[in-house]
Amino acid sequence: MRNTQRSQKIAFFLLFLATLLIVLPVGLIVVIIVQKGLPAINWQFLSDIPRQGMRTGGIFPAIVGTLYLVLGAIIFALPIGLLAAVYLSEYAKDNLLNRIIKLAIINLSGVPSVVYGLFGLALFVVFLKFGASILSGSLTLGIMILPIIITTSREALESVPQSFREVSLSLGASKWQTIRHIVLPNAIPGILTGTILGLGRAAGETAPILFTVAAFYLPRLPKSIFDQAMALPYHLYVISTQVPNVDEKVRYGTALVLLFLVLVMNLVAIIIRYNFRKKKKW
Amino acid sequence: MNLRKFKEFSIERLVLICGLASIFFVILIFLFLTKEGLAVFKSVTPANFIFGKSWYPISEPARLGILPLIFGSLIVTLGAAIISIPIGVACAIYIAEIAPLKIKEILKAGIELLAAIPSVVLGFIGMVTLVPWVKSTFNLPTGLTALSGAIILAFMAMPTIVSVAEDALYSVPKSYKEGAFALGATHWQTIYRVLLPAASSGIVAAVMLGIGRVIGETMAVMMITGNAAVIPQSILVPVRTLTATIAAEMGEAVVGSEHYFALFAIGIVLFIMSFIINVTADLFLHKRRN
Repeated sequence: MRNTQRSQKIAFFLLFLATLLIVLPVGLIVVIIVQKGLPAINWQFLSDIPRQGMRTGGIFPAIVGTLYLVLGAIIFALPIGLLAAVYLSEYAKDNLLNRIIKLAIINLSGVPSVVYGLFGLALFVVFLKFGASILSGSLTLGIMILPIIITTSREALESVPQSFREVSLSLGASKWQTIRHIVLPNAIPGILTGTILGLGRAAGETAPILFTVAAFYLPRLPKSIFDQAMALPYHLYVISTQVPNVDEKVRYGTALVLLFLVLVMNLVAIIIRYNFRKKKKW
Repeated sequence: MNLRKFKEFSIERLVLICGLASIFFVILIFLFLTKEGLAVFKSVTPANFIFGKSWYPISEPARLGILPLIFGSLIVTLGAAIISIPIGVACAIYIAEIAPLKIKEILKAGIELLAAIPSVVLGFIGMVTLVPWVKSTFNLPTGLTALSGAIILAFMAMPTIVSVAEDALYSVPKSYKEGAFALGATHWQTIYRVLLPAASSGIVAAVMLGIGRVIGETMAVMMITGNAAVIPQSILVPVRTLTATIAAEMGEAVVGSEHYFALFAIGIVLFIMSFIINVTADLFLHKRRN
């Protein structure tokens, strides 16, 4: 008996150790980037264009480019993703078609990001002749985040109790009226969570924008959706591998801004979800 | 009344079309990859493409064998799997079974944080911390090796493995656990004799999805594996993966050239691999529910 107790203690300790092995480096990564990146952050760094071959100056065009791309991706992906989620949760019957759609979503979320880049290049840049542009990049990112938005929105819609729908229908509302006025409002926090997670993913990805939009160096702001743009993740890649002798501070500073952007989005999503679960009345 | 019916009908159609969008996009991706990629087989046979031992895409004549790249991907993926599977599954058990509720929430948030860190940031951190460490520890000419890539990729696979495996453990019926306790088993005995076997297909799915993530990962790998397109003899040499090849070379490839087609053909290989992995993982997840 003592033996089994001891082996349990050892086993649990090892499991705890494994957990630390994952969580500690995560903390360490964030701490290192904040510590070394923070000294680089000032108003000039955030608002100036890169100067002297990107070795000094700021990262303003990259920040703006990333914001445009993320915005474009969500404008494209949110309506389609949300309606697809409505279909899966409210209209779809449990049949072969439904199964194929779910399989397609799983596959879409598993396609390597660089393959999205190839696809965007072939379809948007070359075939549709959008060129390397914000439009091509946004559409590519939009398709990439579609599965995230569909899956989280569907969960949110499905978690609205069946009785809500039944009451609405029994009062004479049509199916769409029920969805529009009863189901969707109750699912908004969940949909918001998914949307923000999608935004975060789109902001951090590099491979899909490599050949569809990203400019190596473009010291002005894009004027239209057919312009190329700089983007934060690609900029970080460029200054840490392609340009020699960049001040460490600039690299860490860029990494910090990107990390901050992505983590804030995720944090907001986590908080919304947490509050929603706490407040849920059913 | 008719107007309302018409509205209902058109909305139903619209929603259905959006529902079908994901199928449409999967097919579209496949079509465009094959449209550009299959052209490479005019200049090289499929067998020579897959099993060719040299990748010199811009020499005259170009040699387009992706075997070194496949090996590069394999060795990095294998390394990452060896590191991430035991640690990831152990962490999932800890979170699902042992951690107190408060700590559990914090740990889950930490794992989510890890999943959220952009791969280019992990690549950058790997470059400035891990690469010098590998170089000095193993006394190598360069720290840009398959091992460095495997370690960073293990981290990127972890969130997937932990969250899917934790779900699998969590969905084992409570009665299994209660039954084991009633028979006098300790908590640990219950975990590895009852819970783990009951959740095994979900855990297999978790591992597969994690590996899928690793094979498809691009930026971090490109930044820290050294990008040498030769068949690796050990884990301590630079390698180049399938994904990194596309990312590194597509910028220079001329649209419509042999090189361009070859990179798309690599894309087809990756697409098919991820397709197989995801479908199988889904089957395992489904098996659990039945």
